[in-house]
Amino acid sequence: MRHLLRRHEIVADDWRHFDAEAPAASDAGGIIVAFAELRAHRQTWLSRQGPLGVRIGPADPLEDLAPDLARLALVAVEFPGPTEGRGYTQGRLLRTRFGFSGEMRAVGPAVKQDLIFALARCGFDAFEVAPGEDLGACQYALQRYSVAYQRAAPLLGRLRQRESAPRP
Amino acid sequence: MRPALRPYIRSMYRYDDIDQTLVAERVAEFRDQTRRFLSGELSEDDFRPLRLRNGLYIQRHAPMLRIAIPYGLLNSVQLRKLGDIAHRYDRDYGHFTTRQNLQLNWPSLASVPDILAELATVQMHAIQTSGNCVRNVTADHLAGVAPDELDDPRPYCEIIRQWATLHPEFTYLPRKFKIAVTGSPADRAASEVHDVGLHMRRDDAGHIGFEVLVGGGLGRAPAIGQIIRDFLPLPDLLSYLEAILRVYNRYGRRDNIHKARIKILVKSLGAERFRDEVEAEWLAARADAPQLAAAEVERVRAFFAPPPYESLPDIDATAGREPEFHAWYRYNTRPHRQPGYRAVFVSLKAHGKPPGDMTSAQMAALAALAEEVSFGLIRVAHDQNLLLADVRQQDLYATWLALRREELATANIGMLTDMIACPGLDFCGLANAGTISVARDIQKRFDDLDYLYDLGEIEIKMSGCMNACGHHHVGHIGILGVEKHGEEWYQITLGGSVNGFTALGQVIGPSVRQHAVPATIERLVDVYREQRDLGERFIDTYRRIGMAPFKERVYAAPAAAA
Repeated sequence: MRHLLRRHEIVADDWRHFDAEAPAASDAGGIIVAFAELRAHRQTWLSRQGPLGVRIGPADPLEDLAPDLARLALVAVEFPGPTEGRGYTQGRLLRTRFGFSGEMRAVGPAVKQDLIFALARCGFDAFEVAPGEDLGACQYALQRYSVAYQRAAPLLGRLRQRESAPRP
Repeated sequence: MRPALRPYIRSMYRYDDIDQTLVAERVAEFRDQTRRFLSGELSEDDFRPLRLRNGLYIQRHAPMLRIAIPYGLLNSVQLRKLGDIAHRYDRDYGHFTTRQNLQLNWPSLASVPDILAELATVQMHAIQTSGNCVRNVTADHLAGVAPDELDDPRPYCEIIRQWATLHPEFTYLPRKFKIAVTGSPADRAASEVHDVGLHMRRDDAGHIGFEVLVGGGLGRAPAIGQIIRDFLPLPDLLSYLEAILRVYNRYGRRDNIHKARIKILVKSLGAERFRDEVEAEWLAARADAPQLAAAEVERVRAFFAPPPYESLPDIDATAGREPEFHAWYRYNTRPHRQPGYRAVFVSLKAHGKPPGDMTSAQMAALAALAEEVSFGLIRVAHDQNLLLADVRQQDLYATWLALRREELATANIGMLTDMIACPGLDFCGLANAGTISVARDIQKRFDDLDYLYDLGEIEIKMSGCMNACGHHHVGHIGILGVEKHGEEWYQITLGGSVNGFTALGQVIGPSVRQHAVPATIERLVDVYREQRDLGERFIDTYRRIGMAPFKERVYAAPAAAA
């Protein structure tokens, strides 16, 4: 079973990504569907009994997802390459403008130890890291900095900042 | 002169524990990343964006490290340290850039973490000096001393610097992002050719705010910034910048590196629609956006209080001095807000030397001189010269003697040989053509100072490639190195300018060979000398008579372009 970093812990992943080509035998547990799939079969997915999550890519319009966020327990944001930076804004918007309080998971080949800290500061609290990436190093990366100029996300509550520091 | 001031750090920002801890932790992070790269744990593809965010390029001969000099302000301890680093880790010199930074051309990759650790001991770093992120924020090099200034822009630059430093949301923008702030209508910060230009303004109640320009830039598809807001109140400074960057981060192009700058987005949406997007984002984000607290503004502003000037009368500093000093006084010093003081340019354009280069020994000597005559502070100007901004008029002669000993007193500021040039093909991995040898050939041809003074103010700016680090688009005479069939050729433009009147130069015609560049420049200035009206500068004559007479002369037989 795949492991991931959730908050500060390395845990077994209790979600699976939906794959239309290879549907799972069991319908139990959390399932993450791509944004296009959710759009295509919206009613079916939203009326599902178990926990539901969605996976969005850098170009997916977050605004279209907003009406369904209350039903979603998880949003996975894709980071397909090391210089693709739209997911950071998507993360912040989900947490602030859209008030999403479920699990916000960074996924994709670029999710590696050197990005973990900035991702956490944008409100991500779960990290499905790239294949081969050392989870222990990622866990350690959450402590990379003890200070910040901008206000920090809850996950890094111990981060020191000036009283007068601007958010986030 | 006064006795030397020892570590005297006033009238500039000083790190507190938060700042110091942040740079220390950044050094540790980069040390770890470098170690993993050198041991093969981290791939070249993964390491590249990480090292770029820290100013480290892999160049033609060796890595190049770009060190941040926020808004161009240095103290003597820092300059001495830069000289020391250049001596111990490089080849005894550094190169000052048009964005007020310092580049080292020959450090070894393995030594870069140690260099960063050295920098941290003097409150310096190389964070975000490269890569697709918010770069060093630049300002008017005469900030705080210029008589024509509305207010000192540097506290706001420092506030922006801190806000932009490791800002998590803007970790990987579509492309690099440059912000310039100016408090003077003369716009010595070239703010109109920056991604964001901020012009300080006051409203009717006397509150500070900013006119906001977006989408300026050089490089491919040069563009002049467009005003998207006439007055942005100071408390909203960061929230508005955040809205601009967020719109850019979401909608800027990422499919083509040459179309990824914000100017392309502004152009494709149109300035009005872009402004609407920013304003909408700004309003929608207001509840969560950073409001700049008055206490923070005051905290930072206090650092930039003027140095303890003496009450002095203005004097005639040149009385009874030799002609060379008169020339230096005239061309290399500028008026000061405080009576009895002048701002002094330190010329890094000695003839025969690469523009902007400075040796370790010169840095050490200038640091000592700054302690003696200018409150221990040094500034980097946009034209690759340095400044001692607060020199008593009675110390000017001694200052000149000291600078002359170090070959830092060439009296050519603003003259034809005060050229801007990027490092070019000799060092840069991006360049198509050399710049340093061309600059040297031009200096050789125009070596007679009296002739230069007769020509008056002419700005030559030269880049070795389209990326325009040498700002050729805004030179009165611009020179762009291009590669044709494996040879170095040079395209000449005329009519560019910044400093309060921003215009992009027009290409004069087919490019010329390297050896023909100085002769071509000479033909251009000949036309000027024949056609100028009394008191007209080169650029004024060009604007009056247009391109045709210049073009005709350059391509007349025997053709310089042959």
